[in-house]
Amino acid sequence: MNTDHHVILRVIAKMLIPVITMFAFYVQFHGDFGPGGGFQAGVIIAVAVILYALVFGVPAAMRAVPPVFTRSLAAVGVMIYAGVGFWALLQGGHYLEYQALFHEPPGEHHGQHIGILGIELGVLCGVSGAMLTIFYAFAGRVAEIRDEDW
Amino acid sequence: MHSMFNGDFGVVLVNIFLLAILFATAVAIARMRSLFAIVMLSGIYSLVSAAWYVAVDAVDVAFTEAAVGAGMSTVVLLGAMLLTSRTAKPEKLAFRLGPLLVCLATGAALIYATVDLPALGDASSPANAGVGLTYLQVAWFETGIPNVVTPVLGSYRGFDTLGETCVVFTAGLAVALLLGFGERSLAERIRNEGRSGERRTNKVSAASDEDPA
Repeated sequence: MNTDHHVILRVIAKMLIPVITMFAFYVQFHGDFGPGGGFQAGVIIAVAVILYALVFGVPAAMRAVPPVFTRSLAAVGVMIYAGVGFWALLQGGHYLEYQALFHEPPGEHHGQHIGILGIELGVLCGVSGAMLTIFYAFAGRVAEIRDEDW
Repeated sequence: MHSMFNGDFGVVLVNIFLLAILFATAVAIARMRSLFAIVMLSGIYSLVSAAWYVAVDAVDVAFTEAAVGAGMSTVVLLGAMLLTSRTAKPEKLAFRLGPLLVCLATGAALIYATVDLPALGDASSPANAGVGLTYLQVAWFETGIPNVVTPVLGSYRGFDTLGETCVVFTAGLAVALLLGFGERSLAERIRNEGRSGERRTNKVSAASDEDPA
């Protein structure tokens, strides 16, 4: 007999998690043209993993996205953001001056696009890593979510 | 006020409706004892306030509120709720008096402050006339990015955003250092499960394992 009475929840979550992740990347790369950007996309990616953890259990989520990966991701995100600033410094501009990335005159926007894409990537990694680290710190303290908790 | 009868009546109605839902949700949260219901209602509160931000044309704020307030903080609060009991203890009447006075005083101060606020979308308000107007005028030429919020956050205030990213990183680090990294209590369990394959430890398999013994 099948005692798993969360089967509908699991099936729906399995269908939704890829869509949520896709939407996060849409938000990430569409931030130049509409509302959104790295911060929102990072939170949405974190929520996709957390939904997986809530439905399939924290150990399963920790196998898929290990805690050591999430906290490294948070640090790497800050480093990417700061790295874009140092890249501008190495090109002879001020810190985070995207116009200096490719030595462009005012009015050309390649450096602005690449620079903002870079820092948004840093924000995405930093935010999603930090949020998942926080979630694991809370959720990792209870071994399993019992049915009567809902 | 003439705009109320000038075709914007529907917008006013939507504002009143959304703010009434917010008020009702806040009262319900204050009166409830079940922590699970409170967490869910605060998620609804965030979602409704996100809808209200859309109604006042703050789309980026609305998006952030929906993602962080309704999505993220709800699940983090659920995780925190699992560590404690499921219901809040009722307080003595005397202890409720202080918070009530603080709320009333803050509310009165805020209502008093709204008298001086410029109207929504007023072109001569300080927010729209000063640096905000400059951004709208120069952002497209200088950065070539259509959504003006993105160059303001990324180009003009890149240091602020770097600081915010560091704040988020520091918050994650602080929680991880205070509560442990989370995998400690689970490390043994994951190792055991890995040793015995992907076997599920639900009641059925546990019972069938114990029967021969």
